[in-house]
Amino acid sequence: MTVAALAPVTSERPAVRFTLIAVAVVGMALLVLAPLVVVFAEALAQGWTAALDSLSNKDAQSAIRLTLTVAAIAVPMNAIFGVAAAWAITKFDFHGKAILITLIDLPFSVSPVVAGLCIVLLFGANSSVGGWLVTQGYPVVFALPGIVLATLFITFPVVARELIPLMIEQGRTEEEAALTLGASGWHTFWTVTLPNIRWALLYGVLLCNARAMGEFGAIAVVSGRIRGQTATMPITIEMLYNEYLSVAAFTLAAVLALLALVTLALKTALELRHADQIAAIGHP
Amino acid sequence: MKMEIDAITKTFGRTTALHPVSLNIPQGALVALLGPSGSGKTTLLRILGGLEFPTAGRVLFDGADVSRLSVQERRAGFVFQSYALFRHMTVFENIAYGLRARPRAVRPAQAEIARRVNDLLRLIQLPDIGARYPSQLSGGQRQRVALARALAIEPQTMLLDEPFGALDAQVRKELRAGLRDIHDQTGLTTIFVTHDQDEAMALADLVVVMSMGRIEQIGRPQDIVAAPATDFVRRFIAA
Repeated sequence: MTVAALAPVTSERPAVRFTLIAVAVVGMALLVLAPLVVVFAEALAQGWTAALDSLSNKDAQSAIRLTLTVAAIAVPMNAIFGVAAAWAITKFDFHGKAILITLIDLPFSVSPVVAGLCIVLLFGANSSVGGWLVTQGYPVVFALPGIVLATLFITFPVVARELIPLMIEQGRTEEEAALTLGASGWHTFWTVTLPNIRWALLYGVLLCNARAMGEFGAIAVVSGRIRGQTATMPITIEMLYNEYLSVAAFTLAAVLALLALVTLALKTALELRHADQIAAIGHP
Repeated sequence: MKMEIDAITKTFGRTTALHPVSLNIPQGALVALLGPSGSGKTTLLRILGGLEFPTAGRVLFDGADVSRLSVQERRAGFVFQSYALFRHMTVFENIAYGLRARPRAVRPAQAEIARRVNDLLRLIQLPDIGARYPSQLSGGQRQRVALARALAIEPQTMLLDEPFGALDAQVRKELRAGLRDIHDQTGLTTIFVTHDQDEAMALADLVVVMSMGRIEQIGRPQDIVAAPATDFVRRFIAA
């Protein structure tokens, strides 16, 4: 009885605890760790030289360049859109707010392939807008603008979704306080709103970046999959794999995975460095 | 500063928060807006501070119509119910915020800002907490920092929304005296909202009893206790 009374009330018997922890660890290892290990193992199956050789191929280089370019355009734009949308939704009352929230979520509920097809229908050479753009020398579909557009659409909700719950929880009173102290709306945004959401914003941007670099379905439709021109990293990986070039496919896949791991490491490092500040603000 | 509230009405959609409400507040008074929740007292306070705009009616500060002035132009020191301290800034930065937000031409120098912040920290009797974050303070300390932050902008008036609402009984009594002291030292016309009749009676020079968006009675605490004007006032102050 006394032993039972001393144990924390939320604790379980050792056997139960061991089983639960084992299930979690094994599940994690199978679902998350094993695929990562396989990607790197396959990439290095024929040694470092073969892997690095496959990366020096000009199509692989073009794919890496294209993916980084698309992310560099789409992620900052969606960060700005996301902050603007979250700010409008959480700090102001207006008619049609519920519709706006639903619209923001739309890209998550529509299949990426459908999204890609919509862009082809709207901006393809056979549409009036797309035809005109082609005659002006700015084709959208099967070119960089289409890929950026598809990526923007797919990753549109990520940042806003990360910010809205936090900003609802934080409320509007800090902003109101800043206004009563004489600050302009713009000054309030930079000195009060943005610092309060910066960690959620960073997390949203990292997630958005990961989604942007990894997008396959929509880009498969709009890019036309032209090797060395409009094939992004995920598209190139699939093409190489279908051609039984497994070292090349897995090496490129490993680079894509590494890019994601680097951003995660960056986030963890920032969190460790600013741990006291995060504790003071009261959220991660 | 003397304040006049001239037939203020406020509606939110179909609900009426304030029926025409008129009120004169003399220079330097400490006024309690007393009433149950939903009586419109906070709405009235927010209209005075410029955080809401009235549907009809005028607000006059020293005879000048300020109804159309923005919240920034009102220069009212506002203390929020949950204090609304900037959680990512130290206490020092919180109090300095209003001074640093001024346009460059009228912004005090760094040394002057530091001097004023330290003076205010002494005024609220917490001289050593400048480097702390709001999350590291007790409820009573937060309330006093919020007061100091509002005083830093050299306000024309102080407006406080349930300044003691989030505090336990002991701290509440101490801080009542603190607010009275600060009011007497600064001489600012001060209006605070409360649902606690003891607090209103103990602290205010003038009590305004409100219910359902209307003013039920205006008077000195002892006069209201001696002669309640309506049944509502009688019941509310007896509760």
